[in-house]
Amino acid sequence: MSAAQPVIGVLALQGDVREHLVALAECDVLARPVRRPEELAEVHGLVLPGGESTTMSRLLETFELLEPLRERLRAGMSAYGSCAGMILLATKALDARPDQHQLGAIDMVVRRNAFGRQVDSFEADLDFTGLPGAPLHAVFIRAPWVESVGAGVEVLATIPDRPEAGAAAGRIVAVRQGQALATSFHPELTGDGRVHRLFVEIVRAS
Amino acid sequence: MRTAASAGCRSGKGPQVTETETGQNDVAQVTGTARVKRGMAEMLKGGVIMDVVTPEQAKIAEDAGAVAVMALERVPADIRAQGGVARMSDPDLIDKIIDAVSIPVMAKARIGHFVEAQVLQALGVDYVDESEVLTPADEANHIDKWAFTVPFVCGATNLGEALRRITEGAAMIRSKGEAGTGNVVEATRHMREIRAEIRRLTVLDEAELYAAAKELRAPYELVKEIAETGKLPVVLFTAGGIATPADAAMMMQLGAEGVFVGSGIFKSGDPAKRAEAIVKATTFHDDPDVIAKVSRGLGEAMVGLNVTELPETQRLATRGW
Repeated sequence: MSAAQPVIGVLALQGDVREHLVALAECDVLARPVRRPEELAEVHGLVLPGGESTTMSRLLETFELLEPLRERLRAGMSAYGSCAGMILLATKALDARPDQHQLGAIDMVVRRNAFGRQVDSFEADLDFTGLPGAPLHAVFIRAPWVESVGAGVEVLATIPDRPEAGAAAGRIVAVRQGQALATSFHPELTGDGRVHRLFVEIVRAS
Repeated sequence: MRTAASAGCRSGKGPQVTETETGQNDVAQVTGTARVKRGMAEMLKGGVIMDVVTPEQAKIAEDAGAVAVMALERVPADIRAQGGVARMSDPDLIDKIIDAVSIPVMAKARIGHFVEAQVLQALGVDYVDESEVLTPADEANHIDKWAFTVPFVCGATNLGEALRRITEGAAMIRSKGEAGTGNVVEATRHMREIRAEIRRLTVLDEAELYAAAKELRAPYELVKEIAETGKLPVVLFTAGGIATPADAAMMMQLGAEGVFVGSGIFKSGDPAKRAEAIVKATTFHDDPDVIAKVSRGLGEAMVGLNVTELPETQRLATRGW
């Protein structure tokens, strides 16, 4: 990637697009929404936001973005998915509709709504490999977790092993494989820009 | 996972989250915070939430790309036609709808009926709508929504009403419109009203904000926050009378962040097709070519009612205050 100021898109079919655009804008990049194939062609990296993965999967197909997006990911475009975005980037999703599309950018199996329904949504502090400073405060909303990862996938964060975590203790919630980054949680909701800065570094280094 | 029974409140009212210190700088896992409640609504933005009365309808809604469904026994048009007291839905029906779909499920409680809300939370619904479409259970008080782990959406006809609901703990607001009419005129009025009042606050000086808070009958801190940010601290959807893709797109262009469609889908000629068209028109609300394309061949829209011909007693938007 040679441009001084990279262009980073946010997939804008549905979800918390605005929050990602705001977080990216603070990282000295050009951030813009992406809804059409020609808009996708113009970005150096893409954020897949939080939202409903079922809905986004359907709209990717309807608006003929699915194949162009797969193509760009295969060609090495940087991508970051939060929550629903993580589900889409996985090779396989459990507890999802059988017809849900997977982009396969990260060799992992994820489980939808793994922590439970909305009443089980929670906030917690996590140690996140490679981020400078204090633990990361993470917001999990009907969040997925990663069941298993392939050999080339780096695990960046897990749920701390504490009594209140129950069955969730030790579950993987942030991963990276090459140019692709994914988190179960929503750094775009906390005002802590470190995960977005990490993604911008990935885009710049590509 | 630890549960804090109540959420933190920005206005300083209501109980605070009890965060247990377990490590040096570590905070234990906390559920039911204002951030996870409001955040849940952020994830629904740009989407369509559809009223459904059976598991089959819920599947049709999910297939069409709905971001959530509202589980009901009767859609507003039927509540209007049949009369009587409208209450929370049968728990069996809600269970079946929860089992039928993978998207979030919402359900309605009567205004002020905190026990219906407790039941809905126990059933595991993802959002409770304290709704004027049902018959109010309390003519003085809305539900204290801070006392719940499940988040609430409430209706509003103007900014003051929206702010009072947020003060009580609502994590999402929808403009009320006039449910069950298939007539978008009231939805338009309420959305324009809320947005215009927000814009007005942004140009007032510090001293004028105190008087504005008094006029709005809302807490000063909340009014000041909106004056600074130019938006509500929670997501704002539209509801009440949306029947066509163009209706949905117009409400989005007027500033709604998403759309509730009630009777408009399953009271129309071809629900599956209309549902999908409304979803597409919401995503591409600023692209008339897409809206034109999806508006073709939808069959009959629901029969509409002229709101001016409705007697005052049959207007649902006047419920709540």
